[in-house]
Amino acid sequence: MAETLLGAYKVRKEFPGVLANDDISISLRPGRILALLGENGAGKSTLVNILFGMYRPDDGHVIIKDEVVDLRGPDEAISRGIGMVHQHFQLVPPMRVVENIVLGAEPTRHGLVDLAEARRRVVELSERYGLEIDPDALVEDLPVGMQQRVEILKALYRDADVLILDEPTGVLTPQEADHLLGVLRELTETGLGIVFITHKLREVLAIADDIVVLRNGQVVGETRPSDTDESGLAEMMVGRNVMLQVEKSVSRPGEPVLEVEELEVKDDRGQIALDGLSFEVRAGEILGVAGVEGNGQRELVEAITGLRVPSVGVMKIEGEELTGESPRQITKKGVAHIPEDREKHGVVAIYSLAENTILNRYHRKPFSIRGILRRDVIRLHAQDVVDEFDVRTPSISVPASSLSGGNKQKLIVGREFSDDIKLLIAAQPTRGIDIGAIEFIHRRILEQRDKGAAVLLVSAELDEILGLSDRIAVLYDGKIMDVVDAQDANREKIGLLMAGITD
Amino acid sequence: MRPRQKQLLYAGLTAILILIWIFYSADDLQTTAVLAGTVRAATLLALGAMCGMIGERSGVVNIGIEGQFLLSAFAAFTITSMTGSLFMGTLAGVGMGLIMGWLLAAMAVGLKVDQIIAGTVLNISALGLTSFFYDRSRSLGIGKYTNIDLGPLADLPLVGTVFFSRPPLTYLTMALLVVVHIALFRSVWGMRTRAIGEHPGAADTVGIDVLKLRYFNVTIAGGLAGFGGSYLALEAVGTFSRAMSGGRGFLALAVMIFGRRTPFGAYAAALFFGFTTALQNQFQLNNTFDIPPQFVGMLPFVVTIVVVALSGLFGSMRDPAALGQSYEKG
Amino acid sequence: MSRSVFRIVAIPFMAVVFGVLIGALLIVSQGGSPAEAYKALLVGGLGDSDAVLRTLQKATPLIFGGLAVAFAFKAGMFNIGGQGQLLVGAVFAAGVGFGIDGLPVLIHLPAALIVGAVAGALWGGIAGTLKATTGAHEVIVTIMLNFVAGNLTDWLAANPWKDNSGSNIVARTPLIENSATIPTFGAVPVGFLLAVSVSVACWLVLERTSYGFEVRSVGHNRHAAQYSGMKVGWIMSSTMAVSGMLAGLGGAVESLGVDGRFEAGVNVGLGFEGITIALLARANPLGVVPAALLVGLMEAGAARMQYKSDVAPELIDVIQALILFFVAAPIIIRWLLRMRHDNSEQVQLGAGWGKS
Repeated sequence: MAETLLGAYKVRKEFPGVLANDDISISLRPGRILALLGENGAGKSTLVNILFGMYRPDDGHVIIKDEVVDLRGPDEAISRGIGMVHQHFQLVPPMRVVENIVLGAEPTRHGLVDLAEARRRVVELSERYGLEIDPDALVEDLPVGMQQRVEILKALYRDADVLILDEPTGVLTPQEADHLLGVLRELTETGLGIVFITHKLREVLAIADDIVVLRNGQVVGETRPSDTDESGLAEMMVGRNVMLQVEKSVSRPGEPVLEVEELEVKDDRGQIALDGLSFEVRAGEILGVAGVEGNGQRELVEAITGLRVPSVGVMKIEGEELTGESPRQITKKGVAHIPEDREKHGVVAIYSLAENTILNRYHRKPFSIRGILRRDVIRLHAQDVVDEFDVRTPSISVPASSLSGGNKQKLIVGREFSDDIKLLIAAQPTRGIDIGAIEFIHRRILEQRDKGAAVLLVSAELDEILGLSDRIAVLYDGKIMDVVDAQDANREKIGLLMAGITD
Repeated sequence: MRPRQKQLLYAGLTAILILIWIFYSADDLQTTAVLAGTVRAATLLALGAMCGMIGERSGVVNIGIEGQFLLSAFAAFTITSMTGSLFMGTLAGVGMGLIMGWLLAAMAVGLKVDQIIAGTVLNISALGLTSFFYDRSRSLGIGKYTNIDLGPLADLPLVGTVFFSRPPLTYLTMALLVVVHIALFRSVWGMRTRAIGEHPGAADTVGIDVLKLRYFNVTIAGGLAGFGGSYLALEAVGTFSRAMSGGRGFLALAVMIFGRRTPFGAYAAALFFGFTTALQNQFQLNNTFDIPPQFVGMLPFVVTIVVVALSGLFGSMRDPAALGQSYEKG
Repeated sequence: MSRSVFRIVAIPFMAVVFGVLIGALLIVSQGGSPAEAYKALLVGGLGDSDAVLRTLQKATPLIFGGLAVAFAFKAGMFNIGGQGQLLVGAVFAAGVGFGIDGLPVLIHLPAALIVGAVAGALWGGIAGTLKATTGAHEVIVTIMLNFVAGNLTDWLAANPWKDNSGSNIVARTPLIENSATIPTFGAVPVGFLLAVSVSVACWLVLERTSYGFEVRSVGHNRHAAQYSGMKVGWIMSSTMAVSGMLAGLGGAVESLGVDGRFEAGVNVGLGFEGITIALLARANPLGVVPAALLVGLMEAGAARMQYKSDVAPELIDVIQALILFFVAAPIIIRWLLRMRHDNSEQVQLGAGWGKS
């Protein structure tokens, strides 16, 4: 049996301006789980893309089954037994499960795809590993947990003996995540090796046999769960002491600012995404919305900010009904919105930072007068935002696309926070950014709360919800399962609610 | 297709057949002429639509079908007039289509030029080149493709003339509809093609070379449009004239959308559009109604606008998710 | 500064050079002499004041056509319907021009221009509004509207508005009144000055006003624009209307300043030429003027080129297509010149026929 199933030896990869991987060596042995731990931007994704043949290293080697290989593409990695479950599922939504699983390695008969044979093999595979699935379902109709199962079956169908999983638990409830970890553990018993990429310390300690910590493109530590704990890992990952808990004072909620009654909202496909939702957020409190993604969070945020018109229901801000009003009307009432997808909604990539800071206020005095833009005022304002919100940039005239994720997010937060806010809608405010920026943004959100703003925090990170919220609403299948006080909440309780289980 | 839509489809088909039967009993000659004209006009549109759908199924918009028709028609006409062989001319048309398809692929897939601009380059180039090289004194020499009767089938009333007594390229087009349908929906190639149009990243991660397949598909699809050009010059018209494609490359795109990017759907849509053209010709021939020809001439274009607007409004169509985007690895 | 100007101009300039060089090869392939042909082309377009006037006259509708495409580009839309918008602008401007008499110049001429502009705006606005309300792709709709406009204006010129004087059998309107004719000062037609002012105005609107900011935001990132409270649908409709208005003005100037009437099928290539010009100008309204002058020069000199050296005037269509190819695929030129890559120059439009 091979000593090293999959490994990297002194791998180096540089992108314009970034040294993504610097002299990285790792080794995965059969039947073991290797956790790659690191912050966003630490170089994990680059490393696995190299291991999977998507990128070629500038220097160093990939090792598969004790053999130095030169991967020319993912097909070569696949044929050598490497399977990968990507963070963003690589599935074709309008195609069937069976088609997705066999794509690229289709069984044929008379030159045509033999779907019957494919179906037979998929069923056999799913029975063997206890991963039940409907082979004829369209992938787009499946819940995310099931889609992930399709991804795993896809790898197993190709006789993978190494499985690389990139942040696989982000889309799962805590209980589903635990179940997945169990499945992975069972898979290793057949000799399969697993590379598990994550930034969640708890999971690493729960599942890994070996741990490799990356920071700034380098290996900064190798350890085992028995030799460390959460704070030890966190320190390795960030390079300094980190507060795992956010410091916050007790909230003193005031009058309700946002009132939502019987809200029904349809998604892009015309299905009901929010089913008669009612809740309120009061001044000076943070209401966290927990839930597995895709349970109506996006539609909720869009309905409140005016980007989507609810089919039924009432939405009031400070007592004024604003149901179905335009985003501009709603913004005018003092609503700020940190959008979920910052690349898509938050910034215009080729606009300068200055232009980005006026996206939602260009039409107002003093930024424009009688339709003419005031370029000097805009520049001064942009400089203020950049200074106050610690956006690291050489100048305000560079395009937003030149900023890192964390700095982009700080720019957006700065733009949204430059007025007096009555209601803040923060959707996934810290997704994909470094810990420094996360801490910064968390502090700013708490500041807004303490200044008397009502905050609706929507996040898929349960830790973020538990750390910041004063009350927590759990969204499941378009309904609020329950609203609990933060003091009474814990992972297990919220996790069950996220899975739609009430007692 | 949902059951409701299926019912509607069958109801519509039945209604059409009844209508044809009524008209045929009333005036068999005119009805036959209009339906034969329908099939004639539909052939070119169906070929263009197949060209468009293979591109779009793989994520590449081809707005250059008009130019592909035109330049291929020119090539087919010129070669036939030089060699005296319709067959050689047909091959030349297909070859020119392949070249133009390759050029589109090189721009849109290889160089990542905006796909609509790339198609526009084809259209403008074709217009310029055919005008520049056009030689008024040239003629086809021998006649165009003539009808071939398919044995006793050709003697059937109505359908005999409409479907079974046609020139060869029309038969070939009908065969191509079946071939493309099977290829798109049953073959490995088709499955991969649909995958790269919907989610090229997913295809890439299972080792499908997205760019190569797109290159191949857009080139092959160009061959279909080139075949359409040959049909236009050598079978439908029998000569070449400036800008003779007359917007049918664009109508083909509407036909493709209307037919939901399936060969048979597109053929049904092409028959519908062909019908409006045939009707227009018949009206003009007989002076049946006192409608100025310009207004009759607008009809297919107005219909297209309505169709595109309606299908957008009712969400009955969904573009391949990666349509129009160039693919960047990683 | 000079470096960046060089970087901006290098690609279009080299595209023209390559286009002209390959054109020379075509001339040789037809047995002609490129030097002789190009000399005739230049003399025909610049040789004397008549030639210059011709060039400026040809360039005028081209500026409008280029502006129409460039303006729509800024909102991420492709107006391929310049031709149809030009036709309706031309026919309705001519209608006002010949249909009313006894008005002073100061009223008649502006009225005719405005009617032409409005007709173009409505024609372009159809496509923008359909896109905003139903998601119908503007490329398909504007192409179809070209054919509809062709038929409609053809009918107008052949039936109700036909010139019935003398032995005329052509589909054309009567000559417009003097009071609606755009005058010419020496070798400079007033229409050209109008076109230049309009292109400066377009630039100011796009770069210096909040409306222009909205247009550009929609063009670069429609989702972010919507999130920021911009009315994306309205901006798409209005941009297409402005774009159509520009093309319609071009048609009006053609009728009122060049032809003196509307004739069916006038300037059929304009929609396509507008695309070449807009891309050559890299969608910058100020760049449209020199780009249009270049194309206008070629068109003005084409007749002399044919007369002097027997090269088909369609050669300039081929050269234009080549120029378009090289500006659309700048990577070829960059590779030949070993230039650095610059992302900002690529024009990307939203493709796909339905809602997205």
